[in-house]
Amino acid sequence: MLTVETEAPETARQFTSVLRILESFDHDRSKLVPILQAVQEEYRYLPEEVMTFVATALDIPPARVYGVATFYSHFALEPKGKYVVRICDGTACHVKGSQDIADALVESLKLPRGKRTTPDMLFTLETVSCLGACGLAPAVVVNDEVHGQMDPERTRALIDRIRAEEAQ
Amino acid sequence: MTREKSLTIDGFRVEIDGERNLLDVIRKAHIELPTFCYHSELSVYGACRLCMVEVEGRGLVTACTTAPEPGMTVKTQTATVRELRKTNIELLLASGNHDCPTCGKSGSCKLQSLAERLGVTEVRFKAPVEEKPLDLTSPGLVRDPNKCVLCGDCVRFCSEIQGIGVLDFTHRGSRSQVSPAFGKGLFDVDCVGCGQCAAVCPVGAILVKSEVERVYAALQDPAKTVVVQVAPAVRAAIGESFGAADDTFTMGRIVSALRRLGFDRVYDTSFTADLTIWEEATEFVTRKRNGGKLPLFTSCCPAWIKMAEHDFPEILGNISTCRSPQQMFGSLAKEILPGELGLRREDLVVVSVMPCTAKKFEAGRDEFAVDGNPDVDVVLTTQELARMIQDAGLQFPELPVDRLDQPFGTKTGAGVIFANSGGVTEAVIRYAAGDLGQDHPVIEEVRSEKNRRELTAATPSGEIKMAVVHGLARARELVREIEAGESSVEFVEVMACPGGCIGGAGQPVTHSSKVRQRRTRVIRDVDTTLDVHCSQQNHVVKELYQDRLGSPNGAEAHRLLHTHYHSRKRIAGDGITLSDVTGEPKIPVSVCIGTACHLRGAQDLLKDVLRHVEQQDLSDRFEIKATFCMESCDRGPTVRVNGHVLRKATFEMVRDTLASAVGGTLPVLEARDECVHA
Amino acid sequence: MTARLETNLEATRRDYLEAEKRFARRVVICAGTGCMANGALKVFKALHEQARERGIRLEIELDYEDERDKAGLLTRSGCQGFCQMGPLLSIEPDGILYCGVKPGDVLEIIEGVESGRPVERLLYRVPATGQVCRGHGDIPFYAQQQRTVLKACGSLDPENLREYIARGGYFAARKALTEMTDEQVCQEILEAGLRGRGGGGFPTGRKWELTRVQPKGKKYVVCNGDEGDPGAFMDRSVMEGNPHAVLEGMMICARAIGADEGYVYVRAEYPLAVARVRKAVKDAEAAGLLGDDIFGSGQSFRVHVMEGAGAFVCGEETALLASIEGRRGMPMPKPPFPAQSGLNGKPTVINNVETLASVPLILANGAAWYRGIGTEKSPGTKTFALTGHVANTGLIEVPFGATLRKIVFDVGGGVTRKDGAIDETAFKAVQIGGPSGGCLTREHLDLPMDFDGLLAMGAMVGSGGLVVMNQETCMVQVAKFFMQFTQNESCGKCVPCREGTKQMLVLLDDITEGRATEATLPLLEQLARNVKIGSLCGLGKTAPNPVLSTLKHFRDEYEAHVRRKVCPSRACKSLRTPEIDPALCKGCTLCGRRCPVGAIHGERKAPHTIDAATCIRCGACVAACKFNAISGI
Repeated sequence: MLTVETEAPETARQFTSVLRILESFDHDRSKLVPILQAVQEEYRYLPEEVMTFVATALDIPPARVYGVATFYSHFALEPKGKYVVRICDGTACHVKGSQDIADALVESLKLPRGKRTTPDMLFTLETVSCLGACGLAPAVVVNDEVHGQMDPERTRALIDRIRAEEAQ
Repeated sequence: MTREKSLTIDGFRVEIDGERNLLDVIRKAHIELPTFCYHSELSVYGACRLCMVEVEGRGLVTACTTAPEPGMTVKTQTATVRELRKTNIELLLASGNHDCPTCGKSGSCKLQSLAERLGVTEVRFKAPVEEKPLDLTSPGLVRDPNKCVLCGDCVRFCSEIQGIGVLDFTHRGSRSQVSPAFGKGLFDVDCVGCGQCAAVCPVGAILVKSEVERVYAALQDPAKTVVVQVAPAVRAAIGESFGAADDTFTMGRIVSALRRLGFDRVYDTSFTADLTIWEEATEFVTRKRNGGKLPLFTSCCPAWIKMAEHDFPEILGNISTCRSPQQMFGSLAKEILPGELGLRREDLVVVSVMPCTAKKFEAGRDEFAVDGNPDVDVVLTTQELARMIQDAGLQFPELPVDRLDQPFGTKTGAGVIFANSGGVTEAVIRYAAGDLGQDHPVIEEVRSEKNRRELTAATPSGEIKMAVVHGLARARELVREIEAGESSVEFVEVMACPGGCIGGAGQPVTHSSKVRQRRTRVIRDVDTTLDVHCSQQNHVVKELYQDRLGSPNGAEAHRLLHTHYHSRKRIAGDGITLSDVTGEPKIPVSVCIGTACHLRGAQDLLKDVLRHVEQQDLSDRFEIKATFCMESCDRGPTVRVNGHVLRKATFEMVRDTLASAVGGTLPVLEARDECVHA
Repeated sequence: MTARLETNLEATRRDYLEAEKRFARRVVICAGTGCMANGALKVFKALHEQARERGIRLEIELDYEDERDKAGLLTRSGCQGFCQMGPLLSIEPDGILYCGVKPGDVLEIIEGVESGRPVERLLYRVPATGQVCRGHGDIPFYAQQQRTVLKACGSLDPENLREYIARGGYFAARKALTEMTDEQVCQEILEAGLRGRGGGGFPTGRKWELTRVQPKGKKYVVCNGDEGDPGAFMDRSVMEGNPHAVLEGMMICARAIGADEGYVYVRAEYPLAVARVRKAVKDAEAAGLLGDDIFGSGQSFRVHVMEGAGAFVCGEETALLASIEGRRGMPMPKPPFPAQSGLNGKPTVINNVETLASVPLILANGAAWYRGIGTEKSPGTKTFALTGHVANTGLIEVPFGATLRKIVFDVGGGVTRKDGAIDETAFKAVQIGGPSGGCLTREHLDLPMDFDGLLAMGAMVGSGGLVVMNQETCMVQVAKFFMQFTQNESCGKCVPCREGTKQMLVLLDDITEGRATEATLPLLEQLARNVKIGSLCGLGKTAPNPVLSTLKHFRDEYEAHVRRKVCPSRACKSLRTPEIDPALCKGCTLCGRRCPVGAIHGERKAPHTIDAATCIRCGACVAACKFNAISGI
C-alpha cells in the first residue's frame, strides 16, 4: 500500500485513496453506494473521471454509476464549498419558518442565480427535508454541527462568525 | 378445460397453460391489453401502469407482473381501469413534446395509437416549457429526450440483450431522464450504433437518422451518377410499409421504385455477399492450415466491430479482415464503374439501402475512403427508402416488376441468406461442403432461432467447429469463454440484431417476433427460388477474379476488399490530474487506466510511479495524469512521457524514461494515437 | 477494566450492578441530537470538571476494579424526548429532572445535590398552572405517557454494552437462540400481535413466519432506519438512544427465520445514529454476541451498517433492497414480496426500527403482557414525534387506543397560537403520518387511535409523525407542502406518481396563487384518485392522502381559494389583498415614494391607497411605513 507523505500533491493522495477504497470493498459492485460515499468524502464531490474510473474498476457501465450518483441527493457532482450549510425544511421546521432563513441566506451569501455555492468556494447552501431534530425547529446544520431554534438573524450572525474566522 | 387450470376474464373462462403472466393469458381471450414498458424479451419493469386489470380479492394489479392463478376472476374493462388508462396517457401527452404531425414516429408510435384507441381527446395538464437538447452525435440515430416516456425499454435492451448498457436512467422523479453516462452523446461513449434502442422505443425518443435529403440532392444533381445497392434483408421487410408484407415480387418492385426515383443503376448487395464468402472462406482455410489466429470472427456487422474495438481489442487480430458486403461493393463500384461509365470517381455517388443503422457509421469510417472520397456515400435504411417511395406517391404494391442492373446484380442464394442470423455460416458451409440440403442436422442447427448455437460441419478438407450468435451479450460471453480457453470453436458468426440483419433497426417498425420470423422465412424462400445456391457458382464473381482481382486474399483483393481495425476509447473525457498544476511547466506523464490497461495492472504501475516520483523528490518536475484510453489496449499498460508512448510498460521502463526526461535526453513528441494493425 | 466474556450474561450483569452500587448517585445528561445541538456536551464537561474541583468523585466510567465508594456516575443518554426543554439533566435516586441546563448552572446543581435542595429555577414549570415539577413522575408530559420501547432511551448509556446487559439486554436473544425453536419465536411474536411500526401495520409475526417457511438457505434481516418522513424522529431516537435493542431484535428475527446476515440501513442525515449503531455492532462483535456460534447455539449472525444516500423512497422495502444492491432506489412490483425474494433474490425480512426494538421486550415479558397494552387489533404502544403548534414538542410514547385529545392536550400541553400562548380554541387539525398521511380534526379528538381506527377515519398511523396545526394554518398550503416533498422524492419510475404528482402540484400552485378555475378541484380529485390506485409503490399510493384528506375536511378553504381568491388563514401571499388602514395612515407619503411600480396613491397628510392590481407585493412599503398601517403583503 502506498503511504504518501503530506508533501505529495493532494490529487495523487486522493486518487490512491480511491484505489484503497475500492480494495477495501473488494471491488464488489453491489457496494457501489458506500464506495461512492467514501469517494465523495475524499474529493468532497464526485468528479466525472473518478466515476468513470470506479466504473472501470467495478466492471460496470459508466452510465450505471452516473445513474446511481444522480439518483441520491447526497451525491454532489459539482464541487462544494468548505462549509456546507443545510437548512432543514421538514414539516416542523417549515411550519416554524425555515423558508425565511433560506431566503435570508441566499441574500446574505450573495449566491448567483441558480448556484448554490459561493464563488469563493467557502459556502454551499442546501435544503434538506428533515434532519430529525424537530424539537429544535427550525434547525440549521453547518458541516456536522447542529444549530437549533434558528432564525434569519442568528443564521446571518453564524455565517458572519465563520467568515471572520476564515479571514484570519 | 378443467376448473383447476383456468381463470375467468371478463366472465369468460380461459385455460392456463404455463403462461408467465396475466398479459399472455388475456391474449388467449383475444384481448390485447395496452402496454408500454412491457417487452417479452426483456426483464419485467411494471412502470407504465397501462396494463392494470382488476382481480377479485386483490384489487388492481399490473397484468405483466402478475402470475396467473387458477380461479382468478379478472376484469379488464371496469370504469376504474378505463379511467386509469386514459389518465395515464393524458399525463404522458403532457410530459413532453408530443406534437405528432412533425414527429418522425408518427404512424408507428404507441403513444399516438393508444391515445387514439383509448379515446383521449383532450390534455388538461400543462406540458413543460423547457426544451431539452437533441443528441445528434451518432451517425445513425437521433435521440430526443423531449419525447421520452421513460419506459426503460432501450435501457433494458442495451443492457440485457446487447450487454453494453450505454443508456440508463439518471436523476430522479420528474427530472428523470434516460441518457448515456454524464449526459454525453451516444457516440461520445461506447455506443456501437446497432440502433436496437430505436427499434424497441415505442415512441419517437430515439429515431433512425434520416439522410434522404442528401440522396435527393444527389439525384437532382445533373453532374452526378447515382447508383444504389440493396441489401438482402430489405426485400424481406419493405413490403410491410405498404401493406404488402406477403408479396413475393418485392425485390422486383424495389428495383422499379428505385429507377422511378431517379437512380441510374440498381444493384444487389447479395452480389458482394457472395464475394465476401470467397474471400472469407479462403482466409479461414489459410489460417487453419498455417496455424493462424483462430477462431475467425465474421466482420460484416459494424456494431460488432465497434464493440470489439472498444472492449475486446485483444481479439481484433482474430476478426476477418474482409470488408462487409456493403463496403466491398462501394470499393469495387468506385474502382470499376467510373471507367465503365466514363465518369470521374467524384461524380459517382454510391448509395446503399440497408436494414441497419450501424452501416451509416461503417460507411463513414476513415478506412473506407480513397483520398477523402468515401466508397459508400450515403446509407439509407429500409425506413428511409419507404419514405422516399411514399413521398413520390409511388403505389408500391402495384409497381411493375423490374430487373437489376448487371454485372453487380448477379447473386446466388448463399449471398441472400446473409440477411438471416446463421446465413453467413450456412453460406460458408455451402462453399466448403456444398449444398447439404435443409434437413441436414447441421443446417437445422444453423437455422435455429436460439441466440447462440454451436455445430460442427464436415467438409472435404476436414471438420470445422462453428458458432453463431446474435445479440451482443451472447457475443461477449462467447468471447470471454474463448479468451479463458473454455471454447474450441474455429469460426464465429456475430450479428448484433435479433435474428440477424432482418431484425435490424433500420427495418420498418415492428414489436412482433412473428414479423421477424416471417422475414426469415421470406429470405429462405428467395434462396430456394434462385437457380444457384453456392457462392462458388456466382459466375460474375469468378470472372471478376479472372479479370481484375487475381486470387482470393491476393494483393489486389487485399487492397480493395480488406481492412484493419483499431482499438477505441470507451468514453470521451479528460484524465485525472495527479499533480500540482501550478508553477513551472512540467514534463507531462500520462498513465492509462482504461479497462484493458487496468486489467493488466495499470493501477499498481501508477502507484509505483507516484511513489517513485515522490521518493526521488521529483514531484514538481512532472505533471502526472491518469487518463482513459490511449487506445493501445491490447499492448497495455500504456504510459506516455513527453509524448513518447511506452507499451507493455513495466515500472523499470517508466523509471528509466522519466530519468531521461529529467536529464534532458528525451525530446518532446506530439502525442499521437496509433493504430494496431491486424 | 477487566472484561468477562459478555456472552456470560449473568456474570456481566452482576459485575455491572455491583460496580454501580458503589455510586451514591447517577447523573444522566440527555445526549440526543437535539440536546447536543443545544450544548449538552458542554454541560457534561462542565459538570465533570467542576465536581472534580470541589473534590467530588464524579466518574464518567465504571471501573470494575476500583472497590471504593464514589459520589456519582455521570453518563450520557439517548434522546429523552422533551426536546423543547433541553438540555435535560436528571439525578437519581433523587428523581430530579432539570431543564434548559447551561454550563453556568452546573455549580448550583452540585450545591443542590450536596444540600439536598433542588435548584427550583431549573425545574419544569407547567405553563398553564405554574406548578413546579420535581421530576419525570410529576411532569405531565412524562406522566401521561407509557414509555416502553423508549423506556431505556433516556436512562441508559447507549454506548455501554454492559449496562444494556445489566438492564436485561440480550437475555431474550439468548432465550430465542438456545431455548426456543424458530417456529416458537414466530409464534410468540404472532400471538403478541405486534404490527409493523413503519407505517404498513402488517403483523410482524406473520411476516417472519412467511419468511421462515421459505426453503432453507441464505436469508437476510434488514432493519429499515431510513426514517424519511419530515417531522418524524422516532427511529432516530431509538437508534441513538438504545441501539442494542435494535440489534437484539434483529438477532431474534434472524433466529426466527433462519438468517445469518443482516443490514441496518440508516439515513446519512442521522450521523449520531450511524455512529451509535456502528459502535454497538462493533462492541457486540467483540463480545461474541455477533459472529459465529452465538451463545454456543451453533448459529451465526453478522450485521453490516449501511448509510442511506439521501432518497426518501428508499424507505420503501424493495427500493431499500435495491439500494443495498448498489442500484438506484427504484421499487419493484410486489409480488414477489421480500419474504420470498428479497435482498439478492433471497428471502428477507425488512422491519422498522421501532418494531425490532419491541421484539426483545415481548420475548422477555411474554406475548400476554404485550397484549395487555393497547387495543385488541393494535396491541402495544406507539412512539410519536409530536411537533408543530403544541406546547410540549418532543418524542412521546402512548398505548394504542389513546385519544388525540390526550396526546395533544394532556401530554402535549395544549395548542399554541402564533404568539406562543396556549389556547384551546386555536386547535385546527393534526396531520398524522407525514406525507403519506391525512389530517384529523376536532371531530376526531375523542376517537381511540390505532391502525384500523385511523384507516377508518381516512388517515393512517404512518411512522408516527404528529404535527399539530393552529387556526392560522392554511390547509391548502399544508397539502402543497407535502406534495412538494413527495414530488421531490418520487423515484420517477411509474407514470402515475412521476407525472401525476407533478401535475397535482401544478394544480395546487394554481390554487394558492389565485389561478384556479371551476375545473381545478374536480381535476385535482380525479388525479388524486388515479395516482392513489395506479402507482407502483407506497410512496405514490399514499402521496395524494394529504390532498384528499384536507379536501374532505376543509373543502370550504379550498373553495375560498378557488372561487373568491381568498386565503382564509391569510397564509397564501398571492391571495392577500394589500391595503392601507386609513385609521393608522398619517399620509407621510414615504410608502408611495418607495413603491417601485407606482401602485400607491394619495395626497400629503391624507390616507393613501394601494392599487391591488398594480402591486407586485415586494414589501418595500411595509418596510417603509413607521405606523404599521399596511397589511396583506
